[in-house]
Amino acid sequence: MSPTRPLRLTWVYPDLLSTYGDRGNALVLERRARLRGLPVEIVEVNSDQPVPRDGDIYLMGGGEDLPQTLATRRLLADGGLHEAAARGAVVFAVCAGYQMLGAEFGGADDAPVQGLGLLDIRSGRGEVRAVGEVVAEVDPRLNVGQLTGFENHQGVTRLGPNARPLARTTLGTGNGDGTEGAYQGRVLGTYLHGPALVRNPGLADLLLYWAAGPLPPLPPQAEELANRLRAERLAAVAGSPAG
Amino acid sequence: MDDNTRHRSRLPIRARVATTVGGAAATVSRLAGKGDGSVIGGVISLRLAPDLLSLLAAGRRVVLVTGTNGKTTTTKLITAALAPLGGQIASNIYGANMEAGLTSALTRAPDARVAVLETDEKYIPAMVRATSPKVVVLLNLSRDQMDRAAEIWLLARRWREALAAAPDCRVVANADDPLVAWAAGSARQVTWVAAGQRWREDSWCCPNCGAHLQRDGDDWSCGECGQRRPPVSWMLYDNEVIDPKGRATRLDLALPGRANRSNAVIALAVADAFGVHTGQALRELRQVTSVAGRYTQVSRRGGDVRLLLAKNPAGWLEALDVIAPPPATVLLSVNAQGPDGRDTSWLWDVDFRRLRGRNVLVGGERKLDLAVRLEADEVAFKLVDDIDEAIDAARAVAPNLEVLANYTAFQQYRVALGRVQ
Repeated sequence: MSPTRPLRLTWVYPDLLSTYGDRGNALVLERRARLRGLPVEIVEVNSDQPVPRDGDIYLMGGGEDLPQTLATRRLLADGGLHEAAARGAVVFAVCAGYQMLGAEFGGADDAPVQGLGLLDIRSGRGEVRAVGEVVAEVDPRLNVGQLTGFENHQGVTRLGPNARPLARTTLGTGNGDGTEGAYQGRVLGTYLHGPALVRNPGLADLLLYWAAGPLPPLPPQAEELANRLRAERLAAVAGSPAG
Repeated sequence: MDDNTRHRSRLPIRARVATTVGGAAATVSRLAGKGDGSVIGGVISLRLAPDLLSLLAAGRRVVLVTGTNGKTTTTKLITAALAPLGGQIASNIYGANMEAGLTSALTRAPDARVAVLETDEKYIPAMVRATSPKVVVLLNLSRDQMDRAAEIWLLARRWREALAAAPDCRVVANADDPLVAWAAGSARQVTWVAAGQRWREDSWCCPNCGAHLQRDGDDWSCGECGQRRPPVSWMLYDNEVIDPKGRATRLDLALPGRANRSNAVIALAVADAFGVHTGQALRELRQVTSVAGRYTQVSRRGGDVRLLLAKNPAGWLEALDVIAPPPATVLLSVNAQGPDGRDTSWLWDVDFRRLRGRNVLVGGERKLDLAVRLEADEVAFKLVDDIDEAIDAARAVAPNLEVLANYTAFQQYRVALGRVQ
């Protein structure tokens, strides 16, 4: 990336995939880039537009069954996201978007739907809906710390040999086997829904690092509120049993 | 025999016992200071006679009112608009809007020939079957408390199926909300109202086929399957209602905001379906000044406090339109208890940038969630612990404090301000 060209945050299909606060991820990345003096822009791409090939970080949100299936079909036909991922762009997806990245997921009536194939995972529908707070220990090699957030899904996800679990749950359901989320290269997904990066600034910085290289630290006061919120939420669920 | 006894005597013995026992339980609950008793009374009655609601609804003209936002206010407005009919109107004015609440409302008004019942979105199919309504009002559909509410495309589909199976019912629906219009499209008789749609984040795509909708002002259409905004017979235009004959009348409501004008036009369309003249109905609507504590103005510690309730992004968007301009101070307050939804993600769907440069205070049990949200929108604010601290902070600038809170935060302030016994 040349120093003059702004970092492009490409939000994929907010018209179909934006269930609950998904904009938060774009806003957190934008703020943390800007605080470090990195020029940044948010590009929203609706489902009737081609996905630009030149984004640096692609964001995908949550969605109901039908929008999830429609969005997947369009992304497969469009090919832009695949081209970008193939040349090393970062992809960050939550909830329905996470499932879409895999080889297949359960659509309406749990019929299997072909996914985007950017992450070696397969998802189906579980017996019960997982709703509530999640705490998980992120893979130490990512240097992100604990994950804190909210999940609201009925998915069960199994990882293939090419994907690594993002984290191990200590509270909540995640993938359903004690792990939570997955990553493969610079493609990363999580069942934390909506504004997952708000309480996980370390994860936001990982995505920025993947896209823009080493980052200078932030002035502490710029992080104070986010860290207080993070500490408050972790303390509020401390001692709750793992789900 | 009075009306009350006459109506009850038509009920089967089991139902009569059920309503008596349920009524007694409600009274006990009220005396014990546990709310208005409508839910507990209804629950007990229904346990004794599960088909009680159908029995109680039989022979009455029922209006069911549903939608994500504006149910309580619209129910109150419709009840007011139907006052010219004379006689008692049954209504669940305390917002108990599931089967027990509806049952209790009908039990408490046995001689009311008309019932206006706020109904939870999820319960519409069952309540349509149970009450054979004369009118079903569909206001709007948007994301709301996703940790416990159904997803809205799914809700729209269930409404659509339920209304297709109720050919005698008239639907009064907002044509400007694509999901609502699609859901109402299966009904045999629909009165379409151009009630406006401020929040559009949940209806960029066609509810029928999923294609990105074409939009032009309030108009919308799908280029792929041909689904489009139906032609309307009632319309909200600024502060005026345009009726089916094309006559424009000023609304001049006491209640503030575009959302309430929209609710009022819906109420006028319902009143018309009951044969109530628009002019008469409108006179009643203008008398409504407060709904379950909302919009109430309270003086305290030398400040003038106004309480606004909003529970989800669409509601907050409308409420931010209503708050008084500077120098009034704004207190935003959010909790995440069960009735609020335990997930505060929705705060990121609200655009707070218009509060930049204003005197903003942040309170509630989840004030840090709100603080981080405002920081991202570059809105300066101060954290406060309670309403008195907020009033004092506001008074340093001007006496007016506009409070925007979600459900339990709102109730806590009402208690603190002495507006609830």
